Amino acid sequence: MHELSIATAILDRVAVEAKRHDGARFIKVGVRIGELSAIDPDALSFAFQALTAQSEWERLALEIEYCPRVQRCRQCHTEFRCAPCETECPACGAAETVLVAGEELDIAFLEVEDA
Amino acid sequence: MNRIVVEQKVLNENQRVAAELRERFRQNDVFSLNLVSSPGSGKTSLLERTLEAFSHRSRVAVLTGDIQTENDARRLARFGFPVRQITTGGTCHLDARMIEKHIAGWNLSDVDMLLIENVGNLVCPSSYDLGEDAKVVLLSVTEGDDKPLKYPSMFAKSELMVLNKMDLLPYVQFSLEQARENARRVHPGIEIIELSCTTRDGLDRWLNWLQSRRPGTPAASSGVGVNSLPRQL
Repeated sequence: MHELSIATAILDRVAVEAKRHDGARFIKVGVRIGELSAIDPDALSFAFQALTAQSEWERLALEIEYCPRVQRCRQCHTEFRCAPCETECPACGAAETVLVAGEELDIAFLEVEDA
Repeated sequence: MNRIVVEQKVLNENQRVAAELRERFRQNDVFSLNLVSSPGSGKTSLLERTLEAFSHRSRVAVLTGDIQTENDARRLARFGFPVRQITTGGTCHLDARMIEKHIAGWNLSDVDMLLIENVGNLVCPSSYDLGEDAKVVLLSVTEGDDKPLKYPSMFAKSELMVLNKMDLLPYVQFSLEQARENARRVHPGIEIIELSCTTRDGLDRWLNWLQSRRPGTPAASSGVGVNSLPRQL
């Protein structure tokens, strides 16, 4: 729902990196979006395209790595992917499991065109 | 091909401002709450009941967020405590920068409790830290008992779920048991308080919760009348 704000924040970061790496031509920005981040990848791509069209970032592609929710069992330490709200440990049945992945909303990398 | 490792949170800037706010609140001993819910669950009504119950000595301030109108600030200002409206103009959530901007000019050392009413929305506000001590999510019985499963992020990040409009329970298809179970599935440790802002049933439990989280707040004044003393910060 706020994918436009997220796309804007990504491009703000790209601008900071551009200052830091003077002269580099960025061709791709890689982000990680967790299942629980409340961000829809398609809507984010759409917002990103709308913001970059006819701008200095027109040639910048967005690569999204979608990260599923992973829980870890407190009893047997098994890590497992889980459907929303089915957080019981599939190995030992314990109810107490903790979230270890799925909330990502990260900028991972920038790709630079070879000189 | 060259790759530059960035490894930053997308909302890094929001996190930075929120961390600054949290530190300012800590230094000034301000307890802050971020109230979140769907539109129409009763956030403003709960704040009205809360301000009405506080004694005039309470050092409470309120920020209330909406996309448009100053209606909520008007509703809340009549209790005599400092209230500021944040009109986002279209943005579906409050962010830390808006809080920073709207507390400007307030002397935080004169505030014990800052109540922040977020924009009515169960999705986006969950992504934005405002520097608060805790999030409180409201769910009203007219909305359906499966909301925690449909919007898990918000319920997972909230310390307390307030079930509002309990007076309407006999008239709607809403299972209290199911709502509690659903909330605990996405957040096993969540606290739950049931109340009605209309009949005021259960309101004492909410006021006690506030007092337990912010000792020293003179809650629940014995007089019921509206506090008429204008207060300045």
